[in-house]
Amino acid sequence: MTEQDKPQHMADESAEGNRDTGDLEPQDRDTQEPQATADDAAAATSLDTAGGAMQPSAVPVSAQSGTVPGGPDTLVRRIFTGSGMVSILAVLLALILGGLLIASTDKQVGATASYLFARPSDFFSAVWTAATRSYVALFQGSVFNPRGSSVAVQFAPLMETLTIATPLITAGLGVALAFRAGLFNIGAQGQIIMAGILAAWVGFALHLPVGLHLLLVLVAGIVGGAIWGGLVGLLKARTGAHEVILTIMFNYIALYFLRYLLNTPAFQRPGESNPISPILDPSAVYPQIFGTQYRLHLGFVLAIAATVFVWWLLNRSTVGFEFRAVGANPKAALTAGINVPRATVLVMAIAGALAGMSGVAQVAGTEKVLTDGVAATYGFDAITVALLGRSTPWGTFAAGLLFGAFRAGAVQMQIQTGTPIDIVLVVQSLIVLFIAAPPLVRALFGLNPRKKKAATAGKTKTAATTGGAA
Amino acid sequence: MSTTATSPVPGTPQPGTPQSANEKAPAVSAKPVTWKVPVLLSVLGVVAFIFFGVMGPNQTARFGISSSGDFFQLPAIQVPAFLGGIVLSVLMLGLAAYAVYLKTRNEPSPGWLPIVFIVLFVAAFLIWVVGGARTPSISLAGLIAGSVTLAVPLVFGSLSGVLCERVGVVNIAIEGQLLGGAFTAAMVATLTKSPFIGLLAAAVAGAVVSMVLAVFSIKYLVNQIIVGVVLNVLVSGLTGFLFSTVMQADKAQFNSPGRLPIIDIPVLSSIPVIGPILFKQSVVGYLMYIAVIVVWIGLFKTKWGLRVRAVGEHPQAADTMGIKVNATRFWNVTLGGAVAGIGGSFFTLVAIDSFTKEISGGRGFIALAALIFGRWNPIGAFFAALLFGFADNLQSIVTIIGTPVPSQFMAMLPYLVTVLAVAGLVGRSRPPAASGIPYIKG
Amino acid sequence: MVRVLKLELRGITKRFGSLVANDHIDVVVEPGQIHCLLGENGAGKSTLMNVLYGLYEPSEGEILVDGKAVTFRGPGDAMAAGIGMVHQHFMLVPVFTVAENVALGAETTKAGGFLNLDDTRRKIKEISDKYGFDVDPDALIEDLPVGVQQRVEIIKALVRDAKVLILDEPTAVLTPQDTDELLDIMRQLKSNGTSIVFISHKLREVKAVSDTITVIRRGKVVGSADPGASTTELASMMVGRAVSLTLDKAPARPQETTFQVKDLTVIAPTGQHVVDGISFDIARGEILAVAGVQGNGQTELTEAILGLQERCDGSILLDGQELLGHSVKEVLRAGVGFVPEDRTVDGLIGTFSIAENLVLDLYDQPPFAKGISMSPAKILENAKSRIGEFDVRTPSGSLAAGTLSGGNQQKVVMARELSRPLRLFIASQPTRGVDVGSIEFLHKRIVAERDQGTPVMIVSTELDEVIELADRIAVLYKGKLVGIVPAGTGRDVLGLMMAGLPPESAAQADTPHTGTAHADTAGAPKPAQASTSGAEGGDHD
Repeated sequence: MTEQDKPQHMADESAEGNRDTGDLEPQDRDTQEPQATADDAAAATSLDTAGGAMQPSAVPVSAQSGTVPGGPDTLVRRIFTGSGMVSILAVLLALILGGLLIASTDKQVGATASYLFARPSDFFSAVWTAATRSYVALFQGSVFNPRGSSVAVQFAPLMETLTIATPLITAGLGVALAFRAGLFNIGAQGQIIMAGILAAWVGFALHLPVGLHLLLVLVAGIVGGAIWGGLVGLLKARTGAHEVILTIMFNYIALYFLRYLLNTPAFQRPGESNPISPILDPSAVYPQIFGTQYRLHLGFVLAIAATVFVWWLLNRSTVGFEFRAVGANPKAALTAGINVPRATVLVMAIAGALAGMSGVAQVAGTEKVLTDGVAATYGFDAITVALLGRSTPWGTFAAGLLFGAFRAGAVQMQIQTGTPIDIVLVVQSLIVLFIAAPPLVRALFGLNPRKKKAATAGKTKTAATTGGAA
Repeated sequence: MSTTATSPVPGTPQPGTPQSANEKAPAVSAKPVTWKVPVLLSVLGVVAFIFFGVMGPNQTARFGISSSGDFFQLPAIQVPAFLGGIVLSVLMLGLAAYAVYLKTRNEPSPGWLPIVFIVLFVAAFLIWVVGGARTPSISLAGLIAGSVTLAVPLVFGSLSGVLCERVGVVNIAIEGQLLGGAFTAAMVATLTKSPFIGLLAAAVAGAVVSMVLAVFSIKYLVNQIIVGVVLNVLVSGLTGFLFSTVMQADKAQFNSPGRLPIIDIPVLSSIPVIGPILFKQSVVGYLMYIAVIVVWIGLFKTKWGLRVRAVGEHPQAADTMGIKVNATRFWNVTLGGAVAGIGGSFFTLVAIDSFTKEISGGRGFIALAALIFGRWNPIGAFFAALLFGFADNLQSIVTIIGTPVPSQFMAMLPYLVTVLAVAGLVGRSRPPAASGIPYIKG
Repeated sequence: MVRVLKLELRGITKRFGSLVANDHIDVVVEPGQIHCLLGENGAGKSTLMNVLYGLYEPSEGEILVDGKAVTFRGPGDAMAAGIGMVHQHFMLVPVFTVAENVALGAETTKAGGFLNLDDTRRKIKEISDKYGFDVDPDALIEDLPVGVQQRVEIIKALVRDAKVLILDEPTAVLTPQDTDELLDIMRQLKSNGTSIVFISHKLREVKAVSDTITVIRRGKVVGSADPGASTTELASMMVGRAVSLTLDKAPARPQETTFQVKDLTVIAPTGQHVVDGISFDIARGEILAVAGVQGNGQTELTEAILGLQERCDGSILLDGQELLGHSVKEVLRAGVGFVPEDRTVDGLIGTFSIAENLVLDLYDQPPFAKGISMSPAKILENAKSRIGEFDVRTPSGSLAAGTLSGGNQQKVVMARELSRPLRLFIASQPTRGVDVGSIEFLHKRIVAERDQGTPVMIVSTELDEVIELADRIAVLYKGKLVGIVPAGTGRDVLGLMMAGLPPESAAQADTPHTGTAHADTAGAPKPAQASTSGAEGGDHD
């Protein structure tokens, strides 16, 4: 091999000395990549970028790192593509499909469909009317009601949205935090129930001074959720049982336990045959923030605090570093001296505690009693909230607000237009599905998918190959 | 070199001397015997002894075997509850002691041991429950027949799980497939006025739900658990929405499917206990038996099964042998959905003859549990589903005959058992290696 | 049976996005030849073979079989055309039997789609007898030693009547003796009319068996070479510049002994003694290299020192302080630096930034953290200096570590572990899957650490690396220490020791072909498949 055979730049480099030559290729490659500069700009937010860009829930932990350097397609693809745009389009797409569903069952639409070919305009305007009528009602029921008699009444829907968003946010944070540690916490439902049981009992059975009572209620709920979540973590760490199965089973165990308790004298309201607890003491409930006209209570402020806390925990604390490390590559975490079983138990306990705050928000804030519907479907909605929020704290907060708005508005929508609340479930799940599959969304919106696809594929491959190649 | 460190475990091959280089590969040493099974059995044995034995009720439990219409009549079994509890729990303790003894000799418990133990435990539990009831008498035949009936959707659901997980796709969406099947069966059967077409439509609906799972997890590489969870919500929302808007508006036109007939095979169906189970079923019930057997044979005896399992265990290996991994996955997941869909039709075409919201009531998750409890094996899943069906049935019977056991605890049982199972009671159950991991070529 | 096959690759180009893995490659495999593709890790050999085997579609160029252009849409087409492949990471389903694995994809069935495995068993026996393989068709793959698994892979190809057999880095997991046997098998196959494409970067093996050598560098054919060419010649062709195959290092000046392992036994979850009564010590300023075939207890030995193994017996003393029974964190804090054997699995978190990876085991220590509150600025600052010091080629420390090349990833791991004062440095497979340039750099750093007076333990399955770095060499076989020999010990003696022969007998029996090495890898407690995964990662797969 002679010097002439080499490409020019190589010959130059190798003249400098041995140690440079080997790594030329990746260097060249890196400078070709536009992503490099983009990320350079993000260097300021170093830890957040690296940690935050990670989509822990998207990929099974086993595939997130390891033999496929750079992770499978989705991971890398998501990091380098405009995820914000996709999120907005996903919401839009889900709303469109939901609207079509509403229209398809609308009587007027059905009537006009019978003479579709004679006067198609009737049909399409009927479709438009049916869908928009529902969505306008949804909006008026969740954000602003222009027909309100006073400003206070006009903004009542927004207050209702925030009230309903409160348990969604905290439970969503619980799910999101576990996701970041590579764990699927399907168990927010059970954690809410256990928290509700303890919090409610402290609230109606104990009679304590103002302040102390509420504090104890909160602590009891958090502890209840933390135990129920931590138990899953413990079983997982000790026996290797899969947390998805465990949390699903724990949900049902908690539910039947609650139903049992509500039939015992200790929990049943005296003189009542229905499974319902006594009303919580006034000293045990959250104060209402903006007065008694709105249901919005202190729980919402605590939800904001919880979001800040989770952000700090994940991005600025050693504990969060451990969680993220365990989530991204448990073997490397173990080798680096991180106590993986401890992290598993801890993260599930904290996740449970966060979900527990939702339980407290329910019994001490919104409902003020304990029934077997204490968790409603908040625990399951929390999963979609966390997914929509991409498992980041503020993303989850925003997703909680959005779904809270859906929930609040859906009630008004059903009253005004007769559109069943179930439409919210459809829209909610479609949003999450679409957000999880950006290529689908881009293809559906014709965002020159071919070009984008090729580009992402290229980047992905580059990452994958440079990852392992020398 | 020191060899004093530890006494070698029996069965561990001593590293061969280099001179005997031609020796065959050393036998893989026996898996270490853990304390899990012996300890668990002992604890359960003691629990049984205290509660079912020492603290057992003093009545005589009566179990009817024949129903009045049976071909020949057998007398009812009468068991003094206290004595029965003592005897059975002592037997259980004996088994537990045997397991402990085997452990001290570092031998694993034989496979039959936990099974016999479970049977004894269930029997003792039954005697205890019935013996403590206000009216200490139940029909055993009815109990078992009812259990099988309740197990039907569970069996179909867990078979769907088997088909999906064996090919490497985790199916959390069983609940959605059951619900989708139930809804479509009701709707289509009403519209066509034929429950059989409804049954077929249920299979299609389940398959469609599964296809969404397949497309998102295989093509778009979305995490399979996420898709599953979200699909359950989606199907629940869709069916709930359409139920409220369409079915409730005109029940006669959209939600009166009629029932699938019960096919009674003469003579055979009058055999006590097993007659009604095996020979007096709806089409869906007979299909269940066929499905279990076909899936088992298919998976373990045919070319198709070999390929399916290879894709679920080591997709790359399958790919290099010219097997189309993602296509195999897609069609198997679809097939699984169809199977679950048939199971869903049970709710609206057999159990009752109309659809209501959330009619599957979380049974998809119990099916998931049965799949794991049955160790990803169709036969195992079948028996696990039977056990859960039994618990479900017992719960309602217990409420009727009035026992001191709160029915909520009976309802909790399948879930508790599953927690114990995944935590190691059923030994080291190993899911297919590639389950849950998307396959990316190259 | 006499159908021989001429294979031609013309202008094959394979692009992954902007990356060109293969650039207009022309290769002609003449019938009945052993054709070697020589190239470094990441040169594009495996990509090329995956194109040939139908796993990738070429971006440009064509494949000709016996002069006719063919298109392979999948491995099925390639197999039908008479091409078989033994992958570096075996493509065997661990829970299947040999027969099931062989049958897979080419099953013979009875009526109704039922499997007919008897037919497969018969074929396995035929081939097994012909080549002296001794493979039990009903054994489970996961129970078989690596060498036997490789034979199953060869049987798989032969059952499908392969006329061209591609062997991708087949010797990576074998002992020198097993390797010799494999080379014999290759010659035997050749004499039966099977052409072989032999992919390797190991010059000695290439020279021993090839008829033709094509050298590939950076996705391009840089020329062909004669098997008679000297090792240095081949090496410089492969790397693209003159390489010194030996490392300049001053003789060791061992000081006092500070690290001692006494009667260490590690019991695996399976109950096996994977490390069995091992004793050795390392002095300050000395490199002890632990040699052995993959899976003879090296992994468990290093893991035991680090505190990752649950059931251990014996004693591990560092400066008189017992390490056994302490957590990983405590061991690291005691001044142990550890480079794990598989960086992508154990050493790095691919989705974390380089900066975070550089503090992966120091994240909770000052100055990076106060209490449980971390300081991102300090972490980034640290990254800047480490990246400079270790010449990590990256535009920014905030990039994900997974985007780095293998060599740069390894530098990150090494930089992290060498960034604090050490009292013991352990590096497992420090240069696996790393380009030659980085290898030299990493080796120099290891020697530098030794010269600072740190006891160093290197674990490597590459004999070349062991010989290059070691001041003393310990050989492991089936979890036992075969012996510790001085640095100058001959390659053949080491090879025999790796097969379990004690040093004295090995020195006596110093004939290259003992022919008794059949069960060399029999002691491997687990297939190397799993533990070597990701090690290669290099070739663009």
